[in-house]
Amino acid sequence: MSKKVKALPAADSQANSVLREIMAGDPVRIGLSILLGFIIGGIFMIVFSEDVVDSWSNFGADPNYAFSAVWWSIQDGYGALFYGSIYNFNADDFISGIRPLTETLRFAAPLIMAGLGVALTFRVGLFNIGATGQIMVGLAGATFVSTRLELPQILHMLVAVLAAVLAAAVWGIIVGILKARFGAHEVIVTIMMNYVATALFTFFLREPAFLLEANGGGTPKSDKPADTARLGALLGESFNLHYGLIIAALSVVAYWWLMERSTFGFRFRMVGHNPTAAKAAGIKVENTFIWALAISAGFSGLAAANQGLSISGGLTTSIEAGIGFDAITVALLGGSRAGGVVLAGLLFGAFKAGASSMQVAGVSPEVLGVVKALIVLFIAAPPIIRAIYRLPKPGPKMIEAMQKAEKVSK
Amino acid sequence: MSKVEVTPGLFSQAEVKPSLKATIAMALISLVVLFSFGIFGKAGDVRFVWSEKREVIQLPDLTVNSMLFCTVIASLLIALTLLSVVFNRMKKLTPIWLTCLFGFFAIMALLAWLATGAAQGVQMIFILSNTIVLAIPLILGGMAGIMSERVGVVNIAIEGQLLTGAFVSSVVGTMTGNLYVGMVAAMVAAALVSMVLASLAIKYLVEQIIVGVLLNVLVIGITNFLHSAWVDKDRVNLNFPGTFEKIPIPLLSDIPIVGQTLFDNRITVYLMFLIVPTLWFILFRTKLGLRARAVGEHPLAADTVGINVARTRFWWVTLGGMVAGLGGAALTIGNVGSFGREMSAGQGFIALAVVILGRWQPIYVTLGALLFGFTIILRVWANQVSPGIPVDFITMVPYLVTLIAVAGFAGKVRPPAASGQPYVKG
Repeated sequence: MSKKVKALPAADSQANSVLREIMAGDPVRIGLSILLGFIIGGIFMIVFSEDVVDSWSNFGADPNYAFSAVWWSIQDGYGALFYGSIYNFNADDFISGIRPLTETLRFAAPLIMAGLGVALTFRVGLFNIGATGQIMVGLAGATFVSTRLELPQILHMLVAVLAAVLAAAVWGIIVGILKARFGAHEVIVTIMMNYVATALFTFFLREPAFLLEANGGGTPKSDKPADTARLGALLGESFNLHYGLIIAALSVVAYWWLMERSTFGFRFRMVGHNPTAAKAAGIKVENTFIWALAISAGFSGLAAANQGLSISGGLTTSIEAGIGFDAITVALLGGSRAGGVVLAGLLFGAFKAGASSMQVAGVSPEVLGVVKALIVLFIAAPPIIRAIYRLPKPGPKMIEAMQKAEKVSK
Repeated sequence: MSKVEVTPGLFSQAEVKPSLKATIAMALISLVVLFSFGIFGKAGDVRFVWSEKREVIQLPDLTVNSMLFCTVIASLLIALTLLSVVFNRMKKLTPIWLTCLFGFFAIMALLAWLATGAAQGVQMIFILSNTIVLAIPLILGGMAGIMSERVGVVNIAIEGQLLTGAFVSSVVGTMTGNLYVGMVAAMVAAALVSMVLASLAIKYLVEQIIVGVLLNVLVIGITNFLHSAWVDKDRVNLNFPGTFEKIPIPLLSDIPIVGQTLFDNRITVYLMFLIVPTLWFILFRTKLGLRARAVGEHPLAADTVGINVARTRFWWVTLGGMVAGLGGAALTIGNVGSFGREMSAGQGFIALAVVILGRWQPIYVTLGALLFGFTIILRVWANQVSPGIPVDFITMVPYLVTLIAVAGFAGKVRPPAASGQPYVKG
């Protein structure tokens, strides 16, 4: 390895090529990963289903029952996931039948927004684990505007969203500066910033001068956002779906344009591909890092606004709901592309939406956490899936073909 | 083979230039103590409680005026700061004992200020022994971090390994009725997690940070599932291990303050006492450690002299996983007594921070972990003795310290050169 590569505070070329391999993920491999994830998740459900254990302990008495119990445990679990996240065939009318799908969209929106943020940094060759902290800070900004200011309808909401984006962006810029100017590794910095942000948000929620609810006591909790600032219902009051989905859709378009069409995005991608070459071409790599982290955090800020402005009660830190961490898996599964992130966000949104109906069906929805982790692990670690399905290793010819396909798609 | 020269400590001294940053920080802290705790501090007395009632040798409580005490401490701090200036003038680094002493005095002033007027006083035994117990997972997680980063593998999966250890030790400990079996099982299970990381990172060259993050997600997923679908349905028979008995060491445990803090503990604590110096010795005083560090600093050179880079990395990372598994066991059967969902709660990430804070050096990492453990207990205690204190800022302190450390404000922090870089032979 030449000295020049080391001089840059970027991921080395090996890591970049691995990232590229993940991003270039072909549909077949992704499909197989998802399939395998669901299969292993199914095994978990079977093994820990009480019916299955009972029926197999009396296998001699009724072998048919034993096999059907296995089948039923799977059908119960994944069936409930379907009913809970896509369409409920047991519903009386279409409105309540389609409700699960709108819930999926509602859960997917913040995952997509935060996922785009993480995806952006992946494409610049940075590992940003800081979405959690950025969302926390964004929540603080949005909540301050939504509970403490009085503004007209719509404008109030827009100002609150802007506050969330700016607050989060500041958090991102701090990471960028520590990375670009002081050479601190962004992984450790973002992890630390997550904790600082969470503590800071909790402090704001505790202080009457900042966010504590009127007549609030010892628990850190804010007032509910003012009606003028709330993200209104998108499909009428019978659905929970709100305008956050529109913000998510707009941010997907913005991300696509930024990364695929703008000069800015071109610079981002160039630095991600090869920081040394980018530097040689006159790109200020350090500044690119700062910009990338700022914009990335801005997307997380949108997710924060989505969370903080859609709630009907007061906020606590639990409103973050693990979105910041899920965003990493969304970005990885989505290959850091706009379209991929949307699909990944929808899949994991469906997991969140379907969890409650799985609970009702008597299957632990936690199994979806296993499925999710396995899917992304298989995608991030191509050798596993290649070994399991005995796929060929991409040789020079295959890589050439992939590059051609990439060119065509551009 | 001729005698192997082993560099003491982590850094070659040549590359570290003494800077005034640490001294300036000390001066600032001294002034804060002098003015906010001392001269303009809280009026009233503070009582230091050195002994618990059950101890053989009872030390008398010390009751002093808070402002006077803090002013005296502040003058000691200023003296230490001046000493640091002298060292700097002599072109020498501020020695670590000076920094530790400084930290100790500053903390005493903080404790005195917090407990001024509080009935229970400063309960030294309570604070110190809890600091150690709470720091054990961080220390052992940190040792796991050192063991893998020293050979060039970034182990973000410590969080997952702690959680694995916590879960397995609790469940196996309950099922077998033998906590030692549970502890060993925890170490084996966490080592398996490490092996996945190691083989993916070393053999298949998958990006280490991504694998680490995903392994954490996977372990969280699996333990959450097993907890709700299996363990929680029969808590008494599956998740009710209790904790190890405390083993007081004869005579030593009767020493005031130190005895109750250090020598009246569970086996997990004693194992930590054993592991930290052993790791230090192996890393910096043996051929084995030299080879490991060579692999982490310059794998090509290590390969050239015949060290098997892949194998060295694999086994160090795996053994690191075992240590982290022990840390996980310390969470359940070494402290709380049962497993709770996601109970590692980010301690694996804190361990990573501690590794950097302690500069990849077992002893310093232990000190850093104790700082984190101290802030955890300080938050609880401060809330009792002086309600209304912004505890969230106490929570923040160690993270901010780590940020300052990684940003290089307090001396150059240099990771092992090949950390995170896969090595391709040929």
